[in-house]
Amino acid sequence: MYLSNFINATFIFAGIMFVLALAGLSKHETAKKGNVFGILGMVFAVVATNFAIAYSDVVEHNIQISSAILLYVAIAIGASIGIWRARKVEMTGMPELIALLHSFVGAAAVIVGFNVHLMNPGSDLLHSIEVYLGILIGAVTFTGSLVAWAKLNGKMASKPLTLPGRHWLNLANVVVMAGLGWWYVESHSMVPLAIMTVLALWLGFHLVAAIGGADMPVVVSMLNSYSGWAAAASGFMLDMTILIITGALVGASGAILSYIMCRAMNRSFISVILGGFGDNAVADSGEMGEYREAGAAEVATMLADADRVIIAPGYGMAVAQAQYPVAELTERLQERGVDVRFAIHPVAGRLPGHMNVLLAEAKVPYDIVFEMDEINADFKDTDVVLVIGANDTVNPAANEPGSPISGMPVLKVWEARNVVVFKRSMNAGYAGVQNPLFFLDNSVMYFGDAKASTQALLAELPAPNRVPEVARA
Amino acid sequence: MFKDRYGYRLPMQIGVPREIGDARVAATPKSVEGLRSLGYDVVVESGAGLQASFEDSAYEAAGAVVVADAWGADILLAVNEPSTSQIARLRPGATLITFLAPRQKPELTRELAERGVTAMSMDMVPRTSRAQSLDALSSLANISGYRAVVEAAHAFGRFFTGQVTAAGKVPPAKVLVAGTGVAGLAAIGAANSLGAIVRATDVRPETAEQVESMGAKFLHVAADQGVSSDGYAKEASADYAARAAELYAEQAKDVDIIITTAAIPGKPSPKLITADMVNSMKSGSVIVDLAAQGGGNCELTRPGESYVTDGGVTIIGYTDMASRLPGQASQLYGTNLVNALQLMTPEKDGQLVVDFEDEVVRTMTVAHRGEVTFPPPPIQVSAAPAPAKVDVAPHPEPVQKAPRPWWHQVAAVAATSVVLIALLTVAPSSFVALFGVFALACIVGYYVVWNVTHALHTPLMSVTNAISGIIIVGAMTQLAHDDWLVKALAFVAVLIASINVFGGFTVTYRMLNMFRKA
Repeated sequence: MYLSNFINATFIFAGIMFVLALAGLSKHETAKKGNVFGILGMVFAVVATNFAIAYSDVVEHNIQISSAILLYVAIAIGASIGIWRARKVEMTGMPELIALLHSFVGAAAVIVGFNVHLMNPGSDLLHSIEVYLGILIGAVTFTGSLVAWAKLNGKMASKPLTLPGRHWLNLANVVVMAGLGWWYVESHSMVPLAIMTVLALWLGFHLVAAIGGADMPVVVSMLNSYSGWAAAASGFMLDMTILIITGALVGASGAILSYIMCRAMNRSFISVILGGFGDNAVADSGEMGEYREAGAAEVATMLADADRVIIAPGYGMAVAQAQYPVAELTERLQERGVDVRFAIHPVAGRLPGHMNVLLAEAKVPYDIVFEMDEINADFKDTDVVLVIGANDTVNPAANEPGSPISGMPVLKVWEARNVVVFKRSMNAGYAGVQNPLFFLDNSVMYFGDAKASTQALLAELPAPNRVPEVARA
Repeated sequence: MFKDRYGYRLPMQIGVPREIGDARVAATPKSVEGLRSLGYDVVVESGAGLQASFEDSAYEAAGAVVVADAWGADILLAVNEPSTSQIARLRPGATLITFLAPRQKPELTRELAERGVTAMSMDMVPRTSRAQSLDALSSLANISGYRAVVEAAHAFGRFFTGQVTAAGKVPPAKVLVAGTGVAGLAAIGAANSLGAIVRATDVRPETAEQVESMGAKFLHVAADQGVSSDGYAKEASADYAARAAELYAEQAKDVDIIITTAAIPGKPSPKLITADMVNSMKSGSVIVDLAAQGGGNCELTRPGESYVTDGGVTIIGYTDMASRLPGQASQLYGTNLVNALQLMTPEKDGQLVVDFEDEVVRTMTVAHRGEVTFPPPPIQVSAAPAPAKVDVAPHPEPVQKAPRPWWHQVAAVAATSVVLIALLTVAPSSFVALFGVFALACIVGYYVVWNVTHALHTPLMSVTNAISGIIIVGAMTQLAHDDWLVKALAFVAVLIASINVFGGFTVTYRMLNMFRKA
């Protein structure tokens, strides 16, 4: 009696800790606190469950040694793998890691679902539905996350996979799964459950494979949401409130993040989920005139004469690991008295907030890093904009109708006096749309790997003229 | 197109004539370079820039050819409207870019159209951000505003700034600026930097912020005014006019200098300062009327003249304020013209392209191919938030979807609730309790997550990822089961879920450690 109350009470407070964790993450100042709250909540939940395993057994003075040992061994192995991976990962590899971690939640949800079926094969209607849905969501999350992971680290082509009639395939798949669900609920047989799992795994694979690389931030946050719903579904099957609370929190969080991402790209959520962003765009990558090319020396001169500089980074900076040289460049320019700021597009990179994380890693102070809406009006008063590995997010074609990115809010870098575009080649960006920015009169192309280019630039930048303060006045 | 016999397109020739009765010129040696970089050949009439201190030799050094008569060129750049004899010297098919005042002088536009000339009027440039670089009216207004203060200081018998000297205390001059467009703001800036106390007022209360940013105090007229939709002031309503008159009458007694800039394009200037107000001013006061061209904002203004009233008030009504700084005016206007031509020379090959799809070009063009093309279709731009810094894309913003009526949402929520209530009624009671928890958790999650700043979205995602590893708890309970298959599966589930938990929190911790403030 007391034990059961103790466990439930702990679960309630674990849930509260998770809410506090999310609330803490709303501001930089409280973010670390939020993370610790999350850890605390998890400790509460795990410790309480630790007792719950042997709940009936404790009362009967029959503690299950084997279960306990299995538990601690599993957690120890999992913890060491998890911590090892998390410490080793490069910040640029963050999106992949998170996608991979999502797949684990999906897999765990599938296993838990099957276990519930095995433990209690003849349960009532509602629990059967819960088991069925839990496994379905878990399986979709599992393969979907794996595909996202493979696409993000380049193991799979980022181009959308477009099978003929793919929407019909998905629809047929869903219809068949609904039929199998009926069968399962009626018969409690393992067969429909197994077939459905295979179908759901295929669905997850196909859904994400059909989505182009440019939409990966949305996909990752969507999978985050799915993993939450999978956990919530498990909570319903096991009648555990803590799973439901946490699952709902995560589900809501992921859904909102996806919504924010979609809004930032001016795309409807449905069309992202169903894929097809890159469909008609790839063809339109013809050159649109002449571009000017500049060398490190020329760009350095430009920067030396500038008073205001804005850096607009993109995925290219992440790929080239250029955040450290970029941070050094920032410092050097600041020493010269140049006002340097960063402009971050909401979908820059492959994860929401990806650029912020990289810049933070390189110790760029976060109060000179601005989001699009805060800084977009300032480009016109800026002397030089350095576009480092960004393409679609600075594409003025978004203001023109008829382009696949029409209507997407973009950084108005072209309003600045000079724009320097750091780029490896003239290839189109992830959206497959040619960028008229490169051909504007006030923009120059600075070709090369972003890291090497930035380092070359640093070498060319003249030493700061240390004018004594008195002389300046 | 101009082609030679081999089909090679020859660059067009730009002609810059000498202005009559105006010290300004439509191109300076520097802007000639700009024109030439667009691929054009440039001819300049001998002595065109003399009054603005640009020698013929300087034009030649910039690559122009000095000629006796420039009116035969393909493209004419001028400052003033052409006389009838000058129009007769224009080649049919030529393009003339200058100030044409098509609203006030429709007959001039008609004459140009009949001559077969493509005429573009620089006073028709729309006030959009894209067209800002060719907005010559703003350039000229800027100069006029500055010059108005200089003229006022010249005529005013005292210092602008207050001083305490051994010979006694000098009070600062008080300046009232009426109308806070570009000219008004320039005047505020100039008067302020001379040390005067500056006040300003305008029919557009939204300009108060700009006025304050220039260092003046904005005087509000206590009446409602609509926000202007095209960036220019409109005529004010009767009630407003009455209240504004009170304000001016009160200020006239107090201030030393009044600078009025309230010009309404194509209409007579509103009379803001009455004869009575002028008479109530202190002797030695100065009024500079920048709206003199349209009849003046002051009843006693004599356009083109400066004189002293019987009450000792100097009223300056020069209409050529900008041309009193000819070097600066020519340079700015010349650059505006280069920018205009840049817009119309997409290939930079010295070939002018009049593209009516471009709304800036369309709006400027008042005569084309023998027809009068004035007035242009309207462009709506609100200049309210900042001085003409409104973002206007070349294409109109995508049409916003009409907001759905408020009751749609309520109805949807109500209907969903009813359906769910019906379903829950037949569900087992344990499920109902769980569902309550679920629904509340969703709502809490919704509100908490919306507050998260963008920069923290990645840490948020990795934290939520870590806590979605809570599924470990579910797997743990299954470990206690007797069936070894279940046990084995549960073991795997616990293992991978704990990778997630520990990995997620560690990554978040690493990320958050990196964020720092300068």
